[in-house]
Amino acid sequence: MTTSPERSAPAWERLHPMSPVVRGGRAAAALLAFLVFTSVQRQHGQQTHVVVDLVLVGLVLVLGVVHWLVTRWAFDGETLHVETGLLRRDTKKVPVARIQAVDVVQPLVAKFLDVAELKIRVAGSGKEERLAYLHHDRALALRASLLAAHHGLDPATPEPPELPVAAVPAGRLAWSVALTGSTAFLVAIAIGLGVVFSVSEKAGLALVTAAFVYLLGLVTGIWRRFNSQYGFTIAQAPDGIRVRRGLLGSVAETIPVRRVQAIRQIEPVLWRPLGWRHLQVDLAGIGKRDSAAGSASLTKTLLPVGAPEVATAVRAMVLDDRGVTLTPPPSRSRWKAPLSFHNLRAGHDDDVVIAVTGRLRRVTCWVPIEKVQSVRRVQGPLQRRLRVATVHVDVAGRRVDASFKDRDEDEADRLVDELAALGRAARTRALPGPSGATA
Amino acid sequence: MTIGDLTTWSRPSPKLWRMRVVELAIVGSVAAVVAVIGIASGRAVALVVVMVVVVVVVVVSAVFTRRRYRAWGYLEREDDLLVRRGVLIRRLSVVPYGRMQLVEVTAGLMERLFGLSTVKLHTAAARSDARIPGLEPDEAARLRDRLAALGEARAAGL
Repeated sequence: MTTSPERSAPAWERLHPMSPVVRGGRAAAALLAFLVFTSVQRQHGQQTHVVVDLVLVGLVLVLGVVHWLVTRWAFDGETLHVETGLLRRDTKKVPVARIQAVDVVQPLVAKFLDVAELKIRVAGSGKEERLAYLHHDRALALRASLLAAHHGLDPATPEPPELPVAAVPAGRLAWSVALTGSTAFLVAIAIGLGVVFSVSEKAGLALVTAAFVYLLGLVTGIWRRFNSQYGFTIAQAPDGIRVRRGLLGSVAETIPVRRVQAIRQIEPVLWRPLGWRHLQVDLAGIGKRDSAAGSASLTKTLLPVGAPEVATAVRAMVLDDRGVTLTPPPSRSRWKAPLSFHNLRAGHDDDVVIAVTGRLRRVTCWVPIEKVQSVRRVQGPLQRRLRVATVHVDVAGRRVDASFKDRDEDEADRLVDELAALGRAARTRALPGPSGATA
Repeated sequence: MTIGDLTTWSRPSPKLWRMRVVELAIVGSVAAVVAVIGIASGRAVALVVVMVVVVVVVVVSAVFTRRRYRAWGYLEREDDLLVRRGVLIRRLSVVPYGRMQLVEVTAGLMERLFGLSTVKLHTAAARSDARIPGLEPDEAARLRDRLAALGEARAAGL
């Protein structure tokens, strides 16, 4: 790691002067919505309430300005210092060596003011440092120097170029969102309401009022999906997979490949005729929630929707399966899994476990054997009668579980031994390079 | 085949079986008392029927409890710990020492009365689920120390 000679006195910088406005912007918008809602509810129009609300908005802004005044940051080439807090001084030091990823996030208001938030993921603590907000160019420059310093280069090194891999066209994203269960459900409800309205307007209104919150939730969910995944691009960067997305706000995030615990490919039934696929990855140790059992994990979308070739290309950035042969369970397993038997497949080689499950929603799961936490063999009463058993492969987090479902008993026994041995071998291989392996 | 060979597996203490019997007896007598109070005003026939049902349920549970107790087993291999359990649903967990994040020794009220402990292993995966109940305190402490030492020696990152 190169050391800048003049790093004794860090050059302190403030956040962007418009930060309180952007920070307060959200609170103000929420307050405004609340204000409109309440004034609609009470038709008398009492002025005092409006005054109270305006005072609240003002208070939020003043607090924001105070926060801006007492916050400063500096980067001396080795450590990022952040100081904040009026009454309780809070000093944070982030050594570049512990930086895992730096994300640039830009909500809608920030976009108008040309500022951006920098989120720095730090190894070990599982926490995120935030610098909100910096001038957009300043944020990009700081990001570049942080990453350069992390890789042991001079902080002034320009950011290495990214290699674009795929982009999701807006039209396809719109169709993919339209072809989901919740949209289909919404359409069904709309048709139902139309029928009720044509019969009796009164009953229709009553129904709409009753289901309003639920409908709103449904619409918000669909909108959020479209909004957050609009303009999705995936690029290969030296520090991981760079994902950019967002319609109103924009997010540039980095998925560290070394921390990927599993990849899931989902093919919903409505997408099947089009052959579209959705890819998700599970990351360990950077989630916000801390759970008693199991470490925090986070699911991120790697590809919202894409043709099979695109999905394969994107997946290959994380994990290469080199043509593992997948085999179905014995045909007597049909009695145990009459529906999903059609899709059940599983296989493994020295590095990866692949399992396909599900009937309507076909889910393929890739798990690197190096990341396997434990192996379980489970056999229920019906399975015992059929002389089959399921072998689960557990990975960090609560959701993932690649499993060899309903395999022949002898094969299951063999799998348990094989997977345990392969896991041991993979871990020993991974140990010599401790830079990435340490959690 | 390691899995079929039961002779080398370690088992929970026989006190675990005694503890389960006492638990069952307590639950059974509570159920009987509740039933007697519930139909105190009723006829004797109803009382007899209810008592017979309670006894049958307790006996059947005892048989299952016995089988469940006998199904528990663990095996310390060179690089991983095997835990098996269950009668209706048979489970076998293989937890590599290098993956253990936390070894926990707990003792509930009944376990304390019988002088037993439960050893629980946690990995980063929430579903790993390996615990061994009904261990003598000495064995529990030995297992805990051994697992912790092995876990440290073979620790691997996420």
